[in-house]
Amino acid sequence: MIHPYALVGLFLLVALVFGIAPILLAWIVSPKKLNPRKTQVYESGNPTFGETWIEFKPQYYLYGLAFVAFDVEAAFLFPWALAHNQLPLYAVLEAVVFLALLGLGLLYVWRKGWLEWM
Amino acid sequence: MDVVPGGSTPIPAFLLRLLGAFAMALVPLVLILFLIWESRKVIGRMQDRLGPTNAGTYAGPFALFQTFADGIKILTKELIIPDGADRPVFIAAPILVVTVAIAVWAVIPLGPAGLQVVDLDVGAFYVVAMSSLAPFSMIMAGWSSRNKYAEVGAFRAVSQIVSYEIPQVLALLAPVLLTGSLSLQNIIQAQSVPYIVAVPLAALIYFLASAAEVGRLPFELAEADSEIVAGFFTEYSGMMFGAFYLAEFINNLTAAVVFAILFLGGWRGPWVDQVPMLGAVWLLLKAFLVFNVLLLFWAAMPRLRIDQVLGFNWKFLVPLGMVVLLAVALVDKLLPLVGLTDPWPRSLGLLLANMVLGLGVVGVLSWMGRRAQRRIVRREVAP
Repeated sequence: MIHPYALVGLFLLVALVFGIAPILLAWIVSPKKLNPRKTQVYESGNPTFGETWIEFKPQYYLYGLAFVAFDVEAAFLFPWALAHNQLPLYAVLEAVVFLALLGLGLLYVWRKGWLEWM
Repeated sequence: MDVVPGGSTPIPAFLLRLLGAFAMALVPLVLILFLIWESRKVIGRMQDRLGPTNAGTYAGPFALFQTFADGIKILTKELIIPDGADRPVFIAAPILVVTVAIAVWAVIPLGPAGLQVVDLDVGAFYVVAMSSLAPFSMIMAGWSSRNKYAEVGAFRAVSQIVSYEIPQVLALLAPVLLTGSLSLQNIIQAQSVPYIVAVPLAALIYFLASAAEVGRLPFELAEADSEIVAGFFTEYSGMMFGAFYLAEFINNLTAAVVFAILFLGGWRGPWVDQVPMLGAVWLLLKAFLVFNVLLLFWAAMPRLRIDQVLGFNWKFLVPLGMVVLLAVALVDKLLPLVGLTDPWPRSLGLLLANMVLGLGVVGVLSWMGRRAQRRIVRREVAP
């Protein structure tokens, strides 16, 4: 009997092959006639100006933070949902409290104005 | 495979597994070649065009093999890496995006037993985990290109995908909770009544969230061709562009298939007991239906702004997802107390709860809408 995760690993390798093969093939058969104009950064025909790798709009970072908090919460909910059939009613009520606390967190973020586009 | 001498039994078994894995990985690739053609035809018709009709004379009836012709063409195009790009990351991004898109199919059950690479006991979790790897390839592509359009596209894509992952997971927990298992095979087997009957609200949330995950209009901000060229893959050409295009369609198909498994009963259908292979047909038919709904969204919807998309998620889908999950959990606990334990009464009880909840949500929304309207009117009246 092969361990299930070994099969997942095998499948990931196969998927990697399917990811690499077309690009490798294209790299072999495609023409290679580069010139400075071709390799310019595409900016609708204008020469690029200024630095590209800059710190960008902090709003995205705030959404990222909120995501981390809520994704961890989702990870906690998985085992609870899985055991739901065997749980007594009070465990469900506990989850209600848990989610209500998170809901308060969401409300806080909302009232704080972090969900508005600044 | 001559590592171990002699034809001992493990090697054929291993080879069989390898062949199975290859076959399974080919399923989305082959299907997608025709689904791309079908999408282009449908979109064409929706926009009063014919769509692809023929590529030379070699594309077959109704240009059925148009995608093959395009594939061959794209293979012979030059791979251009722009100046100043971070080369290893730039090349790794399209490889990763295809790998991740295919990797989900390891746990997709095409039929009752055996028609699956592996029935992981955390299958649903695996699907979520793999689909949350996609933003990595997007930020890799966008950041390494050193192009401003690509960077904006990557930021948009990542913020949108990670945001919509939360309602997606919350909605996914509803079938998991009703089944008591994360294995996709068990989830299908538990659906003598498809879960879309029992938890339509969770299905709706899941559908919207996965439409946003795969970047279909109206959530197509990551690409937004009329604003930021092609978003995070602006700088890609040739087969590297093809990889992103392919992965996008595979993700669409995967989203449709996973929706069909979680809410439409997967491979369940008439005569599957006699002919297990028929399960794949039922599953793919259901997935085709969902795929086409996504497609009609694409054809019919305008593009939203990024703040609207994120606001819709955080201010509507996330709270709604939490409430729906709790309502399902509570009602499912309370139903046995009034003696509803058989599949149909239980589903109908949950359906009733969902309908009440849905009506409540519509009521709250229309109340909020009226209040906002009044505020606007008041502002216009006041000097």
